[in-house]
Amino acid sequence: MIEARSINKSFENKDVLKNINIIFERGKINQIIGQSGSGKTVLIKCLVGLFEVTSGDVIYDNRNFTRMSMKERKLLRQEIGMVFQGGALFDSMTVMDNVMFPLRMFSKGTKKEMQERADFCLDRVGLNDAGNLLPDEISGGMQKRVSIARAIALNPKYLFCDEPNSGLDPKTGVKIDDLIEEITLEFGITTVVNTHDMNSVIQHGDNINFIFEGTLEWQGNKKDFLDSGNERLNNFIYSTELLKRVKP
Amino acid sequence: MNFFVSFGSYLLLLKSTLGKPPSGKYFRRQLVDELSLIGLNSLGIVLIISVFMGAVLVIQAGYNLQNPLIPRFTIGNGVRESLILEFSPTIVSLILAGKIGSSISSQIGSMRVTEQIDALDIMGINSASFIIFPKIVAALFSFPFLITISMVTGMLGGYSAAVIWDIVSATDFILGLHLYFYPFEIIYALIKTIIFAFLIVTISAYHGYYVKGGALAVGKSSTKAVVYSSIAILTANVLITKLILI
Ligand SMILES: Nc1ncnc2c1ncn2[C@@H]1O[C@H](COP(=O)(O)OP(=O)(O)O)[C@@H](O)[C@H]1O
Ligand SMILES: [Mg+2]
Repeated sequence: MIEARSINKSFENKDVLKNINIIFERGKINQIIGQSGSGKTVLIKCLVGLFEVTSGDVIYDNRNFTRMSMKERKLLRQEIGMVFQGGALFDSMTVMDNVMFPLRMFSKGTKKEMQERADFCLDRVGLNDAGNLLPDEISGGMQKRVSIARAIALNPKYLFCDEPNSGLDPKTGVKIDDLIEEITLEFGITTVVNTHDMNSVIQHGDNINFIFEGTLEWQGNKKDFLDSGNERLNNFIYSTELLKRVKP
Repeated sequence: MNFFVSFGSYLLLLKSTLGKPPSGKYFRRQLVDELSLIGLNSLGIVLIISVFMGAVLVIQAGYNLQNPLIPRFTIGNGVRESLILEFSPTIVSLILAGKIGSSISSQIGSMRVTEQIDALDIMGINSASFIIFPKIVAALFSFPFLITISMVTGMLGGYSAAVIWDIVSATDFILGLHLYFYPFEIIYALIKTIIFAFLIVTISAYHGYYVKGGALAVGKSSTKAVVYSSIAILTANVLITKLILI
């Protein structure tokens, strides 16, 4: 479980996040949704400490991450996996080396154990044949899957995904979403997913947090999502002509 | 004001770059890559400019020293002095600032905008040290070689020009190269070189590391990297010369 307590974040004098309180539960896909520029990426980066919060606390299972020393944070980060919006694969390394990277850096196992773990992770995302390719040589969907494999290499307790299916065709996007859900349930991970993809929300939204211009505007799940009665949420959901037409 | 803020964050970046390195498991591999990128790949351009620099120096000196009272070996002597003291360490470093500086800052900049640096940070790896430190080591190691090679090829270029256009006799030219030679000048040149290498890598890395935005910003940062490294080299050159030679 991860808890965001009264998080505020400003850049220079621009307030990007305003008093965000969210509980992200274990073994669940916890979603942060909202329009482009609403502050989703900034929020996820505050949670993992890539940005320092201006005020507020981030608590990882009763451990206050915000108040930790750099050394303690480093240790906790080995329990965190993150899938970045563009994949963020190391472009000078092969797919296999990308997945091996966190293992070589942090795992205490033997070479053979690391190799087995990397094979397992690549296999888990369905890419056991792609190990020798470079990130440039594979499709966007495959890059995202490698990124997931790298993120789960060290058996994380917490998994963060920033728009995991953006830039993918709908079918591939659905596959990535399903994969993240499977992994979350299989390993009991606390997963936080940023998305503006309605399909993901309707499919996987167990804990939906709608951010509007930096404030938490609405919380709920996929059952009460479509008829929340919240005007801003509705504007967001039914923003396209197609959806307006099918609106109940 | 802005300058001081930038200078402060440059120093902070240096601090984390030279601070405790992440595990050295990738260091050897990275060092080999960087040595070939910074050292080996620069060899060609260094050879070419040095040969031409040496040749032009001889032609110019020959033209300017037509006075029969000045012995011809002075040409060889002057070329040696110019090459060792200024042309090889400073001009070649300026050229390398263009070549290496822009490549370092665009490489690191693109790692920034594609979130590869964030990916390192999130794993708890000191990204500054991981990415920049091997480049510094490779540059500090390669530059003295490149500059020494430049001095030698510069003199060879000068020699060829002297002989081809009959500007000085080979004997006089070589006599000039040997006369009044203080080995300390080489040490002075290499000290300059090492400082220039450090400036080029760290200033370019700084501009890449703090890129904000997309591909356009990466391009801009690599232009800035070259401009600021060059200014830093020229400024440092004046200061070092004043400090060491006088
Ligand atoms: N490093 C930064 N410095 C200043 N402003 C930023 C920075 N990162 C993001 N922002 C601003 O914060 C706002 C939210 O951005 P972001 O979280 O990336 O949105 P999204 O919901 O699309 O992920 C935007 O207005 C953006 O300009
Ligand atoms: Mg975003």
